[in-house]
Amino acid sequence: MAILEVNDVNKAFGGLKALNAVNLSVEEGTVHAIIGPNGAGKSTLLNCFVGRLIPDTGSVMFNGQSLLGIKPHQINQTGVARVFQTPEIFTDLSILENVMIPAFAKVDGAFRINAWKTVGTRGEVRDMAEKVLEEVGLHEKRDIIASSLSRGDKRRLEMAMCLVQDPKLLLLDEPTAGMSRADTNNTVDLLQRVGTHITKIVIEHDMHVVFSLADHISVLAQGTVIAGGKPEEIKGNPKVQEAYLGGAHA
Amino acid sequence: MMFAGLSRNDKLLFAGFTIAALAMPLLAWPVGANYPDLLQKFAIYGIFAIGFNILFGLTGYLSFGHAAFLGVGSYAAVWMFKGVTMNVIPAVIFGVLVSGMFAALIGFISLRRSGIYFSILTLAFAQMSYNLAYSVLTPITNGETGLQLSQDDARVLDRMFTEQTAGLPSTNLFGLEMSGYPGFYFCCVLLIIAFFIALRIQRSPFGMMLRAIKTNQVRMNYTGFNTRPYALTAFIISGMYAGLAGSLLAVTDPLAGAERMQWTASGEVVLMTILGGAGTLIGPILGAGLIKYFENIFSSYNDGLLAESFSFLPDFLNDTLVFVIGPFVGEGWSLLLGIVFMAIVIFLPGGLMEGLARIHGWYRRRGQGDTGRNVAKQAAE
Repeated sequence: MAILEVNDVNKAFGGLKALNAVNLSVEEGTVHAIIGPNGAGKSTLLNCFVGRLIPDTGSVMFNGQSLLGIKPHQINQTGVARVFQTPEIFTDLSILENVMIPAFAKVDGAFRINAWKTVGTRGEVRDMAEKVLEEVGLHEKRDIIASSLSRGDKRRLEMAMCLVQDPKLLLLDEPTAGMSRADTNNTVDLLQRVGTHITKIVIEHDMHVVFSLADHISVLAQGTVIAGGKPEEIKGNPKVQEAYLGGAHA
Repeated sequence: MMFAGLSRNDKLLFAGFTIAALAMPLLAWPVGANYPDLLQKFAIYGIFAIGFNILFGLTGYLSFGHAAFLGVGSYAAVWMFKGVTMNVIPAVIFGVLVSGMFAALIGFISLRRSGIYFSILTLAFAQMSYNLAYSVLTPITNGETGLQLSQDDARVLDRMFTEQTAGLPSTNLFGLEMSGYPGFYFCCVLLIIAFFIALRIQRSPFGMMLRAIKTNQVRMNYTGFNTRPYALTAFIISGMYAGLAGSLLAVTDPLAGAERMQWTASGEVVLMTILGGAGTLIGPILGAGLIKYFENIFSSYNDGLLAESFSFLPDFLNDTLVFVIGPFVGEGWSLLLGIVFMAIVIFLPGGLMEGLARIHGWYRRRGQGDTGRNVAKQAAE
């Protein structure tokens, strides 16, 4: 069953057509990679899923509900979480607080004034956060301030912040960008180990990462999906080699 | 129930604060600040700064218009004195409620923007209120004269129970006159309550969300939080704190003027909070107390007094000192405040609380250094 249906989505910035009649269908429980050369419209497409951008035409349906025109926090509340290209974390707060905050969003909803009880009395939220921190391997560091983490750890933290909400769909925008080989391998390992039931969309440049994670690959070039299929099909597709590899080396 | 969930440290902090606040006359005695009028100011501006800190220190929204709520609180309280009763309880409640509603309106509009645009919007609203109080709203504010008590006020409740006296009545708490120490202790108890509420907010999930908004609003939105109502709630709460402070100013002296709403008054609470340490619980209160204390000392000085206090020096030295220091006292006190403020922002951006933390850390390191040496010595033996 498709959890996300993208139908004929167009988006133009002035004269530049960033997305041109994009169609995409993401199956529930799979890892769907979106690859393509720089400027192909990958991030634009992702931004259309989380309410940062609104497509000019077309539809984006998540679980049978349209994601267009509703606010980012509402989209998150329907079960879509996002990891950003540069980690968006709460740098002044502790690691544990960083993960407890999304857990509160899951438990208490988008807005609730809860000013008399202390955070300490909400043991269930703390347990949720600690469990995920253990899974991603940040439990030891839970009391330190997030800004002092390494880049790789910041990403893992952001991943934990998304995983704690147990989303139905997890969007990962270049989760290994700028990482060392070792950190990249750790991230791949983490994604294969944790939250395996969660449907994921991964934008990625690193082909090693793409081929180790993806069940399905869509290739985007100049705002259009030029190919889609299983990793082995994509590998041998001459159109992809021309647009992607050829384009990248030109 | 009141302390449920608070950590041991927080309970100690609150106990310590309560004792310090109640013993303020004693504590202020060595520095010669132990008279009710000044102590009252410490408590009132402490409340103002605690509330401001909830918006600025916790949520990260810098309002340059908080004096408007102070003014509204004062006007509302004086109207209560004029119309209903000289008892301070209804006046304080009314002041808090009216400024809360006023804050809801201004906050609703100003919070559509953040950062510098938010600050400018609040500044504009406060200046607008200030000018309105002087002009169009004269029927409510009594314009330049300021709103004050008069013989022919209605005072409905008081009239039902007591005969009108010849002089103007004074504010009271069920008969206890709110001047001198009783007045101070009334403000002091409210300061303690205000501090306790701020403590609970800071330790609550709600407070955690406010700190998260300050750190990364984008992440908050993509994490599923509707940040606007959170910020608006913080804005209203801090507006109510300002209203409480404003109505207490009217309790100690039942008149209200528009100058209370001027932008300099809004700037002052920003200075208090940053000087003491934005985002900390104690810092803003400390900043408020220090600024009010030094304002009291330095603004009363003039060249003559200066010359007198340096009279033990030879004439030429005395003249030089008076020439150098003169511009910074009396009317020029804000010049001194400005210089101190710049120094704090540059060298101690976390305010006095950061300074204290640094001293504490320095001592602890020194202590650890000692134990480290001892361990090494023992190991050597």
